[in-house]
Amino acid sequence: MSDKTRMVPLPSKAIVPERDALERPILEVSRLGINFGGLVAVEDFNIAVGRTEICGLIGPNGAGKTTIFNLLTKVYQPTSGAILLDGQDTASMNTVQVNQAGIARTFQNIRLFPSLSVEDNVKIGLHNQVRYPLITGVFRLPGFFRAERQAKDQAMELLSIFDMTDLASKKAGSLPYGAQRRLEFLRALATNPKLLLLDEPAAGMNPSETEELMASIKKIRDRFQIAIMLIEHDMRLVMGICEGIAVINYGKIIAKGTASEIQDNPEVIEAYLGKKKE
Amino acid sequence: MLTYGLVIAAYIILRILLAGGHVSSALQGQLVPITAYIVMAVSLNLTVGVLGELSLGHAGFMSVGAFTGVITSASLTSSVPEPALRLLFALIAGGIAAGLFGFLIGIPVLRLHGDYLAIVTLAFGEIIKNVVNTLYVGIGQSGLKIGMTSGNALNLGEGGKVILNGPMGAIGVQKISSFTAGFILILVTLFIILNLIDSRAGRAIMAVRDNKIAAESVGISVWRYRMTAFVTSAALAGAAGALYALNYSTVIARKFDFNTSILVLVFVVLGGMGNIRGSIIAATVLTILPEVLRAFNNVRMLIYAVILILVMLATNNVRLRAWFQRIRPGNGKTPVISGGGDGHE
Repeated sequence: MSDKTRMVPLPSKAIVPERDALERPILEVSRLGINFGGLVAVEDFNIAVGRTEICGLIGPNGAGKTTIFNLLTKVYQPTSGAILLDGQDTASMNTVQVNQAGIARTFQNIRLFPSLSVEDNVKIGLHNQVRYPLITGVFRLPGFFRAERQAKDQAMELLSIFDMTDLASKKAGSLPYGAQRRLEFLRALATNPKLLLLDEPAAGMNPSETEELMASIKKIRDRFQIAIMLIEHDMRLVMGICEGIAVINYGKIIAKGTASEIQDNPEVIEAYLGKKKE
Repeated sequence: MLTYGLVIAAYIILRILLAGGHVSSALQGQLVPITAYIVMAVSLNLTVGVLGELSLGHAGFMSVGAFTGVITSASLTSSVPEPALRLLFALIAGGIAAGLFGFLIGIPVLRLHGDYLAIVTLAFGEIIKNVVNTLYVGIGQSGLKIGMTSGNALNLGEGGKVILNGPMGAIGVQKISSFTAGFILILVTLFIILNLIDSRAGRAIMAVRDNKIAAESVGISVWRYRMTAFVTSAALAGAAGALYALNYSTVIARKFDFNTSILVLVFVVLGGMGNIRGSIIAATVLTILPEVLRAFNNVRMLIYAVILILVMLATNNVRLRAWFQRIRPGNGKTPVISGGGDGHE
């Protein structure tokens, strides 16, 4: 299905889906890199992501995929390179400011607020969307009940995307694994991002759940008109919904392109399967 | 709602008993301290249970509030003759001063987590105690004077009065605290803390407790909400301190030492971390208990310790907890928030 998308080159030689080519990419990363001590974890990472693109980041274990997510969200400060979000340089921002500027993420090892309810988890995602001063909350001033109602309505609407409204009062930590992943996805979506980073969204899901997840990711992209970048090892998911794919190995991009271009690339095959014996 | 009801009911019952003369004079003397300790326990629960950080210096904030309250009350004696109103001013001043100290101490302390944070709060608690021990404050014709050498060095002049006399503490304090004032302070504390927990800021505080990295990833400023909880907690402890101090004619800084911090922490842990109602009950019972055990004389504190251990064992018993779960009313919203176990990563 993704083969219907045509990737077109931008003046910067980066490629984005044809429909996004007229607008500035939501994310432009150039020469991004980080060293931990002497270890070069990511080096010379360049990518552009279209405004409504679903793109994939794949590569063997330890290639540096999650490190790239951590760089984009400023969990780590890059040692080199620039990240432009919607044309805005994020160099001086911290994790909180990057989220407010429009990048939300999920985590490879799920990080929910386990002792709080499902509803509260989503409401915490809405923290900067439905705002009121501390004093209004403590003294129940006018505006408190209206804002809380609004937060509840929005939380329920988000939960309905994955049919989770009846789980609203359950403790997040008590949910089954798949539901926890979906809740984390919704919590990230609640922050009203322009770019959503999903770290292994299908991990631990069975084939039919993965199928559903693929449909949901596309549905969410269409409905919210956002870009989604995902790390995933499930190739059916990656090849099925990612329009542009970047393959990483040893912290460097070894191939970029559409699903079919990637599949035939000898370097990619080598990275995953090893060198052919002569 | 149940928590408010519990406090109001307890107050009414005690009022009736007091009117009928059924309360022993020893217990009567404990009424104001009990209310102060309840406020201390509930406010510490905000830091320990809701924010998930162990503070061992809560008595330090109580101390700041206590002496600010005493000084405020003493300097307003002539301008505000009405004791209830003066007490109100003293409580507010104690709360503001302790909140300010909470903010200042929070700047270095809240950069830390877990054990390290606990140790540094302990140190600040001791620092406050020792600084107050060396302070001399007096009021004279030229207003309030502060010194660090001796009471006479303040040069208060004719009609001057030393309020705080270094290691001797505050002497000749007018006892203006009352059980009713303590009761109102408990209600105000409950109102502030329960509303805070059930609001946008409260969710943010608990999000920070549960997972700091995830909280940052959804745009919550960790520093800001940790500080909010810490300062609120300190300010309420300050008000409790003012209430406590104005119940005695002499107040010394050594009263608000490490032991008091630990005592309040015991109330919180025994009542259940994050469980506001539990803090109230634990503070009440454990303040009365030593009085009740007075009959046992020499072995009094031994029995006290044994009872503490037994209660701890009982409340951690799986079967007993399951039984409590069963008798708890349905799905009603209880202010019970489980402690943040895996918060700090």
